[in-house]
Amino acid sequence: MVKVNLWGSLKSAASGRASIDVEAQTIRQMFRALGEQEPGLVPILDSGITVAIDGQIYRDDWFKEVDDDSEVYLLPRMEGG
Amino acid sequence: MLDKTAENGEFKVIGTRPERPDGVDKVTGRARFGADMVMPGMLIGKVLRSPHAHANIKSIDTSAAEALEGVKAVITAADFTADVPEAEYDTMVNCIAHGKALYDGHGVAAVAATSRSIANKALKLIKVEYEVLPHVTDVEEACKDDAPLLHDNIFTEGLEETPTTPSNISGRVQFGHGDVDEGFAAADKVVERKFRTEATHQGYIEPHACVGNLSPDGTGELWCCTQGHFMVRNSCAAILGLDISRLRVTASEIGGGFGGKTTIFIEPLALALSRKAGRPVKLVMSRDEVFRATGPTSSASMWIKIGAKNDGTITAMEGLLKYQGGAFKGSWVSLGCMTAFACYRADHMKTVGYDVLVNRPRAAAYRAPGAPMAAFAVESVVTELAGELGRDPLEFRLQNAAKEGDQSSYGPKHRAHGLMETLEQAKAHDHYNAPLGPNQGRGVACGFWFNFGGQTSTSLNIGADGTVNVSVGTVDVGGSRASMCLMVAEELGVPYEKVRCVVADTSSLGHNDITDGSRTTFSSGMALILSARDAKQKLCARAAKIWEIPEDAVEWVDGHARPAGPNAGEFDPMSLAEVAGKAETTGGPIAGHHECNARGAGVSFATHMVDTEVDPETGRVTVLRYTVFQDAGKAIHPAYVEGQFQGGAVQGIGWAINEEYIYGEDGRLQNAGFLDYRIPVASDLPMIDTVIIETPNKGHPYGVRGVGETSIVPPMAAIANSVSAAAGVRLTELPMSPPRVLKAMDDAKA
Repeated sequence: MVKVNLWGSLKSAASGRASIDVEAQTIRQMFRALGEQEPGLVPILDSGITVAIDGQIYRDDWFKEVDDDSEVYLLPRMEGG
Repeated sequence: MLDKTAENGEFKVIGTRPERPDGVDKVTGRARFGADMVMPGMLIGKVLRSPHAHANIKSIDTSAAEALEGVKAVITAADFTADVPEAEYDTMVNCIAHGKALYDGHGVAAVAATSRSIANKALKLIKVEYEVLPHVTDVEEACKDDAPLLHDNIFTEGLEETPTTPSNISGRVQFGHGDVDEGFAAADKVVERKFRTEATHQGYIEPHACVGNLSPDGTGELWCCTQGHFMVRNSCAAILGLDISRLRVTASEIGGGFGGKTTIFIEPLALALSRKAGRPVKLVMSRDEVFRATGPTSSASMWIKIGAKNDGTITAMEGLLKYQGGAFKGSWVSLGCMTAFACYRADHMKTVGYDVLVNRPRAAAYRAPGAPMAAFAVESVVTELAGELGRDPLEFRLQNAAKEGDQSSYGPKHRAHGLMETLEQAKAHDHYNAPLGPNQGRGVACGFWFNFGGQTSTSLNIGADGTVNVSVGTVDVGGSRASMCLMVAEELGVPYEKVRCVVADTSSLGHNDITDGSRTTFSSGMALILSARDAKQKLCARAAKIWEIPEDAVEWVDGHARPAGPNAGEFDPMSLAEVAGKAETTGGPIAGHHECNARGAGVSFATHMVDTEVDPETGRVTVLRYTVFQDAGKAIHPAYVEGQFQGGAVQGIGWAINEEYIYGEDGRLQNAGFLDYRIPVASDLPMIDTVIIETPNKGHPYGVRGVGETSIVPPMAAIANSVSAAAGVRLTELPMSPPRVLKAMDDAKA
């Protein structure tokens, strides 16, 4: 199981949960599992967000592998200047 | 991924400082910028802009303008379809108002005519009936319950309870870990303060300019100055209902962007006018239009509280940030919240941010968007807290600096980075111990930025003479073409001068994301290194064919194909030019390509140090000395890296001391020009000294980290700490203009 940590205000879309455990080997599978557990997250996931895996930032990278012992954080979509 | 390092002595041209490939064109005037394009039959476009900060548009009568001789097209919102993807809708409405003018300068109509004077005359003939509405331009005022409401369909997102009434607060975000109440209870000293910053413009010298040429059959071309021509293509195609493959966009040379050219303002208007007129249309913004209608950064209102033990250990950090994003969602307050405390380690951290709507132009990115304001507030409190504890500000930061493995303020644990090295080098630098005179002060501050990768496509073609052309789709805003040539020269083992780089149009390469997020040298560099490795395999294969030996018996060393070992046979090495010269007879052109969504961008930290002098009679601040210490991972072309460090520092100096948007009671911008909105010029500044720190990013073949944005994060804070020391009073509002500094000093005396 991968423990997915949510950023603070994302909890309001996830029944108040700060983290969610899911079965997933990739970011795409993780998103799908998160949406199944917490449908309120689906529009936010669909709008494009950032994922940090072991401190590394990933955007739009469905097939990045996720290990059970990975540290995973969902973060708002990031853009720079 | 990291496979070449300076420590191993593997670099031959990386780290050198060759001449820039665009230098001659730029100093001789041959370089073509946005406004330089001329097409046969071209018309001149102009945009009519709202004089009101907030008004319903009851009607627009364009008949008199259309009847004017020489006018070939007039457009309003009615010329745009409502069937636009949600992601582009706000962008379209920002280009041309749909029923409501949301800020002074909001476009309401546009004309195309055979001359500029006719176009200007036509604008005066357009009759717009406005119903003027109450307006709000201040971020705190906009948050009040009785503030004029900009949109009746925006409800605050991110609240635990779903709101039932619309609001100017479009969203709330929160980050952090631990329990800040517990952390503050454990502190011996706590400092909290409120801060405000005004909106500032990116200040690029080149105004937005484009030429659009769109045929009635839906095929077209667009020439424009932008940081991302693929973004321009996709946005314009969506807004105008075109197939993206039918619109070819070419990026001109760019006279500065700094984030402000990561969206569109006039491009769909030029194309819509062209479609209607059946001729090419050029649109060039005036400086007044640039200020009134393109994206400045947010103005901000912030509260920061930090606690520490007497031994200097920070126990808790808390912040409340309110950023206005203009009349639309998206102020980058979330990035302000995420970066605010990123330089520090503490068990208890919390940041809350509000994205606020006001009657101002839509905020655009500006180098590390959202981060500099937050750093101004946080680093001011950090220095003040260090002072209250009797600690040296650099020592205090060294004690509390985030390190690899520490939980970051935005969530995940930090990976390896160079923050400690920037602090240690700052402490050891002679600047830190240089004597100060009367009315002078020294300030330090740290800053952080994420850096990104993103979609990237590159191509590399080897000519018959062994010279190399590379094509990238990332606009060169800061010298990236030179860095690209260096990386390809390094890989292929050929001289830098034999490699030329062009920014290809949107029909020539796969999609490339915008030049933003300090990603270009990282992402396009990575893709080109892999393109070159692709080409090297092919070069070896051609040599193998010539020698009639297996491909894996050939290796590429120092720009030559060589037999890989004694069993491969005795052959003289073949240079790139020799292999390329036989391309026609060995299989045709030799090229390398790579497409990717670049992973592995490494975060970047900086520490800035500045000395200022405050005139006690006028409050004027003079910057005396400035030194930047920043981690670049690996500096491909150190002169350009230094330029990025210096540019960020100088823009931060302007933001700190001079620059601000000034709105009148009528909600109109009062200083829409460089005479009244003063950016620093060379005579205002000392030489900005730089120290490049190289902590390799393991996510890039050569260790590159983006450097374009971090350098603007610490300056306002460093200058505020310096000015506060010189003036003897804490400055909490930007800009620290003479009247504001003088008042603070007078108030302190009183």
